[in-house]
Amino acid sequence: MYRYDEFDATMVAERVAQFRGQVARRLSGDLTEDQFKPLRLMNGLYLQLHAYMLRVAVPYGAMSSKQMRRLGEVARKYDRGYGHFTTRQNIQYNWPALVDVPDLLDELADVEMHAIQTSGNCIRNVTSDQYAGATAEEIEDPRPYCEMIRQWSTFHPEFSFLPRKFKIAVTAAPHDRAAVKVHDIGLILYKNDEGETGFEVIVGGGLGRTPYVGHTIRKFLPKEYLLSYLEAILRVYNLEGRRDNMYKARIKILVNSEGADKFAEAVEAEWAQIKDNGIDLPREEIARINDYFAPPAFETLSAESAALEEKKAADKDFARWVRANTVAHKIPGYAIANISLKPIGGIPGDISDVQMEAVADIAEKYSLDEIRATHEQNLVLPHVKKDDLYAVYKALKEADLATANIGMVSDIIACPGLDYCSLANARSIPIAQRISERFADLGQQEELGEIKIKISGCINACGHHHVGHIGILGVDKKGEEFYQVTLGGSGAEDASLGEIAGRGLSSDQVVDAVEKLVGVYRQHRQDNERFLDTYRRLGADPFKEALYEAA
Amino acid sequence: MKLLKLSRGRLFPAFEEPLAEVSLDAWRDNPQEHAEATALTISNDTSLADIKCDLHGFSVIILDFPAFKDGRAYSQARLLRERYGYTGEIRARGDVLRDQIFFMARCGFNGFEFSGPDADDASAALEEFSFAYQPAADGIAPVWRKRLGRAAAA
Ligand code: HEM
Ligand code: SF4
Repeated sequence: MYRYDEFDATMVAERVAQFRGQVARRLSGDLTEDQFKPLRLMNGLYLQLHAYMLRVAVPYGAMSSKQMRRLGEVARKYDRGYGHFTTRQNIQYNWPALVDVPDLLDELADVEMHAIQTSGNCIRNVTSDQYAGATAEEIEDPRPYCEMIRQWSTFHPEFSFLPRKFKIAVTAAPHDRAAVKVHDIGLILYKNDEGETGFEVIVGGGLGRTPYVGHTIRKFLPKEYLLSYLEAILRVYNLEGRRDNMYKARIKILVNSEGADKFAEAVEAEWAQIKDNGIDLPREEIARINDYFAPPAFETLSAESAALEEKKAADKDFARWVRANTVAHKIPGYAIANISLKPIGGIPGDISDVQMEAVADIAEKYSLDEIRATHEQNLVLPHVKKDDLYAVYKALKEADLATANIGMVSDIIACPGLDYCSLANARSIPIAQRISERFADLGQQEELGEIKIKISGCINACGHHHVGHIGILGVDKKGEEFYQVTLGGSGAEDASLGEIAGRGLSSDQVVDAVEKLVGVYRQHRQDNERFLDTYRRLGADPFKEALYEAA
Repeated sequence: MKLLKLSRGRLFPAFEEPLAEVSLDAWRDNPQEHAEATALTISNDTSLADIKCDLHGFSVIILDFPAFKDGRAYSQARLLRERYGYTGEIRARGDVLRDQIFFMARCGFNGFEFSGPDADDASAALEEFSFAYQPAADGIAPVWRKRLGRAAAA
């Protein structure tokens, strides 16, 4: 993992000191709430329905045990004993008091964490593949590039007041777990026909009220030019992005109104002028950052584990958890273990202080001290020996963290919705909870395979409903909560936007609706088809019919 | 409003004779008529790519922040310094507040029509960060360059 040197540590400490001053000016009345707002937003502090919410960055989702333990302590000390992992690999605290926030940030800075640029119209925390450095699929670890982007974008003087917020995601695997095609910039690291590695650069994806899948504006960018190319994109956007209407200010609107070709031309012209201006990192610095991500001390093990097979045979629930929550690791004898934060009937992404500490302990003992957050609001233990999986499972179970449902119908993304958010039309969390309860049987869920349900409480789409295999959007109908269902979306390498299935449903109907949709799938699926594949093969009609047939 | 000027990393209150200002459009239309102008104002939706004129005759170029959130002039200032080689004063006008001056200075601004309440405190804002992660128009060596220097010295 990356470790701060004295420069990084100083920057973060100075940011906390600066923010402490800003909070003091607010508390003394020198700053009005209006004047304070842009300042607190630059540091991840939102005003929600009931209280302030603090969003803490987990750069590219990677944490150490020490950091996770601190997140747990912070939850206990400054919040109500829990935190909430978000779709951007961050963690949010829903109840800190303003006066405590600088101290809270100091405690985070102690473990090399911060809330810098987790909100505001700036370059946000960069996100990545949660299996980075552990999956055999990737051609290179994407995290060093994420760290380079983190540093370059931190307090970038030119790009701190963009037309709108700006999100960058990076992946290096053909299977896209970072949703790069629905980000402002998505970067895919790959090897071209000449054997060189570089990035495919995708721009202008996004969700919200005008969702788009991004466009590739450069097929191959030599990786050493990453930062200058990003700078060129951001400069064109900063100068030309719309500022007259907040809903048209994201880069996706600029790219799609000008046309991706024209946008690409502008970027290339700008890049040609700056590519050799010393923005890109020299080889030594790239090597320095890469060194932090050198593979940890893996042992030489045989690929199969007799202990694992034995436990699987003896404990059916464990065997199911292994099937559902673990995936192949690049090193023989190791596995990647997912921790579901979607217990049946629970709040997606919520985790208690005690659970965070349990995860920290488990990772320290069994996962080479590493933990990842995923954009699907789960956690990952990236490096677990197969021999240890049973012990890990037992410990997770002890902490109520062993739900075997990764990628399944109850592994739901949901935004905070009307329970917390002042912009919401409808509640999201209770819908997620009720769907999860309806499909509580894990055996049945496994049999249904991958089904991605994503729920947003309003059109801002924080719950990614457009890219859900089944998306659920809260709408307001004469003061009543209603839900619009979309079908066939995907945020992965086969990205697509869901299509609206028909008229809105009441909160009572929406859970039945999901069951009906799943019923159609079950009836028509062929071989190992996923829900999404069946939907794409058959089209919307049979699903719509089931939804709206006369009751 | 108070005029502040940047010198050696600090802000100083400045008093000056009113400038003879001309907007870019007016000047382009009829440069002769504005021969005596000393300051050029450029709106923040003007593309600098088609400024085909000699900027060096102006001692001040004034860029606009209609609202502090509207950050186009940051890019314009960098372009003036880094691409068009303008060495005179670049002045920020409009919604110019304490907590933005640091970013402005990094992008090449060195004059500020400060609209915040406490001009003395504005200088302190410039000293809140000891380092910068990225190069910009102020010539500050980015952190990675300092790291290289340190590694070479070790
Ligand atoms: C309750 C406080 C929240 C408020 C007021 C809020 C507000 C918003 C707004 C206004 C947007 C639209 C921005 C735009 O289109 O430019 C947005 C987008 C987004 N929010 Fe939230 N949000 C909140 C909480 C969350 C949480 C907890 C998450 C994560 C689970 C989240 C994840 C996202 C994401 C991923 C987007 C981006 C969608 C895109 O790419 O366009 N938000 N949010
Ligand atoms: S989608 Fe809407 S309701 Fe949900 S968190 Fe975002 S703004 Fe709030």
